[in-house]
Amino acid sequence: MRISFSCIAAVAVCAVGAAQERPVAFTGARLIPIAGPEVPDGALVIRNGKIVAAGPRQSTPIPQGAQTVNAAGKVIMPGLVDSHSHIGGVEGGDSSAPVQPDVRVLDAINARDATIQKAQAGGITTVNIMPGSGHLLSGQTIYCKLRDGNTIDDIVLRNADGTVAGGMKMANGTNSRRASPFPGTRAKSAALMREQLAKAVEYRDKVRKANGDPDKMPDRDLRLEGLVEVLDGKRIVHHHTHRHDDILTVLRLQKEFGFRVVLHHVSDAWAVADEIAKAGVGSSIILIDSPGGKIEAKDNRLVNGAALEKAGALVGFHTDDGITDSRLFLRMAALAVRAGMSREKALYGLTMANAKMLDLDRQVGSLEAGKDADFILLSGDPFSVYTKVLETWVDGVKVFDRTEAKDRLYAEGGYGASQDRASLYLDEEWMQ
Amino acid sequence: MRAAATVWAAFALALPAAAQIAVTGETVYTMAGPPIGNGMVLIRDGRIERVGPAADVKAPEGYRSFRAKVVTPGLIDARTVVGLSGYLNQDHDQDQVDRSKPIQPELRAIDAYDARETLIGYLRGYGITTLHTGHGPGILVSGQTMIVKTAGDTVEEALLKPDVMIAATLGEGARESARGASPGTRSKAIAMLRAELIKAQEAQRKRQRPAEGDKKEKEPPARDLPLEAWIQVLERQKPLLVTVNRANDILSAIRLGKEFNIRLVLDGVAEAHQALDAIKESGYPAIVHPAMQRAYGDAENIGFETPAKLKAAGIPFAMQSGFEGYVPKSRVLLFEAAVAAAHGLGFDNALSAVTIDAARLLGIADRVGSLEAGKDGDVALFDGDPFEYTSHCVGVVINGKVASEQAQ
Repeated sequence: MRISFSCIAAVAVCAVGAAQERPVAFTGARLIPIAGPEVPDGALVIRNGKIVAAGPRQSTPIPQGAQTVNAAGKVIMPGLVDSHSHIGGVEGGDSSAPVQPDVRVLDAINARDATIQKAQAGGITTVNIMPGSGHLLSGQTIYCKLRDGNTIDDIVLRNADGTVAGGMKMANGTNSRRASPFPGTRAKSAALMREQLAKAVEYRDKVRKANGDPDKMPDRDLRLEGLVEVLDGKRIVHHHTHRHDDILTVLRLQKEFGFRVVLHHVSDAWAVADEIAKAGVGSSIILIDSPGGKIEAKDNRLVNGAALEKAGALVGFHTDDGITDSRLFLRMAALAVRAGMSREKALYGLTMANAKMLDLDRQVGSLEAGKDADFILLSGDPFSVYTKVLETWVDGVKVFDRTEAKDRLYAEGGYGASQDRASLYLDEEWMQ
Repeated sequence: MRAAATVWAAFALALPAAAQIAVTGETVYTMAGPPIGNGMVLIRDGRIERVGPAADVKAPEGYRSFRAKVVTPGLIDARTVVGLSGYLNQDHDQDQVDRSKPIQPELRAIDAYDARETLIGYLRGYGITTLHTGHGPGILVSGQTMIVKTAGDTVEEALLKPDVMIAATLGEGARESARGASPGTRSKAIAMLRAELIKAQEAQRKRQRPAEGDKKEKEPPARDLPLEAWIQVLERQKPLLVTVNRANDILSAIRLGKEFNIRLVLDGVAEAHQALDAIKESGYPAIVHPAMQRAYGDAENIGFETPAKLKAAGIPFAMQSGFEGYVPKSRVLLFEAAVAAAHGLGFDNALSAVTIDAARLLGIADRVGSLEAGKDGDVALFDGDPFEYTSHCVGVVINGKVASEQAQ
């Protein structure tokens, strides 16, 4: 008895990547494809972890032998993409220096952490896990798929060349102002960062000049290598910035060094929306229930989504989990709608906008044939408080099912809801 | 010229008080009976004059009229620190906890309340008209609480009740705040509280019975502010408001309350789901944590469904915005009630928890909590289901005066 249970547990735990070869068709749901208008009576067909088709039920062919799931009365939309989160027990740079581009969060993630399960319960399927904002540059971020993984390798996304996909976390404003060697003023913050980027430019030029000749190559420097990836556009800079003048400082540095940047938090977006739009950079915003908590967030407003939309800027949302709860990510976009943002752009901000900001828009963010089968089933309208996430699918595998007791525990909270997923399995096995 | 100016000034002053208000709602939730379809609330001289179907209650001439889809009583936040804890979160605007001593029941909330604090106006815009605010959680005994309206430029103008409860914290909050001093453990925290209460019992006894053979006229005892506060607790004039989250701490609080036969209000109760029978049996009410409070530390087992579980168990409870130490600086009662409503509590119970149930728990149901003739003119207007994310609070009336007209 005990042996057979262990086998089941092993199968459950090792379900990563076990997408069905047999097609699955979800029919009758309201589809929100993001890539086009909403479809009242839709069909979504998936196979081998990819979307085969998404469209009106009447005109979408269901493959022979497909498993059909009646989803009438439900809403299906792409899995949510969170462009800024701190789930997985993430750690980044320490207090030894203000700029630490050599530090990788890859080396500090617990893939079984309860916060990952809670993010699945909130419908999040792709996430940018970031180190904190206490540094001018706190390390390399990673882009993950929220599969039920046992190790970081089970969830991390990789670039075409096999390297780990991720960006670089930077910050200005007050969080990174500390005792020396950290900056004490805003001007000093910018100077320290410019100094490092200027060094990286020289380092890159030496590498280019060497043209592959090992004798001419400069000594390896992990910090500068990280910054060169930024200069080369291989790593998008995810830049914490709140106050209007700090936002403009980011845009100034971006122009000087030409790196690719996404503005994060952007509390004063309402004040500089036109400047942001003109610079052509994306904003990953957070809406909080009240202003304040620290001086640089004192003017954070729910109208930021609407203001950026009106200015024509690309705008996405992020949880900044634990600042807001991943299980309430839909709620944040709904609050943006409350403050005047359009429904379409708010939905886009939970999905495609963020996919673009992570260079993942060809893979995730909409229900389109060929994209990853990442989607969520909702009990009703995404912007109603009464709506529940019923199921979350990643790469064609169901990773959250509200009818399962364990998943429901993560969704609702309660005794054990902050324990690692693996330890819950262990408890059950032990009880046999 | 001068006479004219004086007359004008007098008129201006008299105007707000004299303004009468008629609020019509497609649905009026009075909380004193079933909702009224197409209902009317008349407010005169600061108080509710009449409530009923618009067909029966005609607005007299000269009343300023408002119309909304949904009309409710002004919402009551049963536990917050707003006004003592400001939104900037800098040392100068944080007055909810003094850390010089672990036990300070003599600290009054009225001496620290900033009626012009930004967050008060912010919360008012979401229909919150009454706050039970004051000293915060995070130290063994932090001080007193009070009840204010979210209107008024001074604490005197805002005040509804100056001294309401004495705030205490058990569990990690009390332990960690001590920073190496006592209480360093849970047992020590309870021992310290018992010592205070026993000391107060002794003093109470001495005050009641003068020493034998004492022929001199009895002199009044020397003033002792902390002792006076504890005697009020022992005499059941004020409840002890105990912030507790872990189930064993909830049981410790109940044990303490029963030992001294004091009134207790349980605050937070993240693990109430593990102690429902004990709470029910104690007869103590609860002010449950904000539905969206973060899960960590003593509250790691917090759940969205706890308000629903308290309701099902028949435990009297109210809801709160609580205390936040970072971003956001305050939660919004309306938002917290919404999440509880959607997680098993339901619309009616959630609305009740933030209006009439809160008023009863706080002992102010004669003034606020429902739309009934004679009660304070506190009304919130919404353009849809108040709990829906995309609805707006479109108007707020406090003490019969329009306090907000901006959709929020």
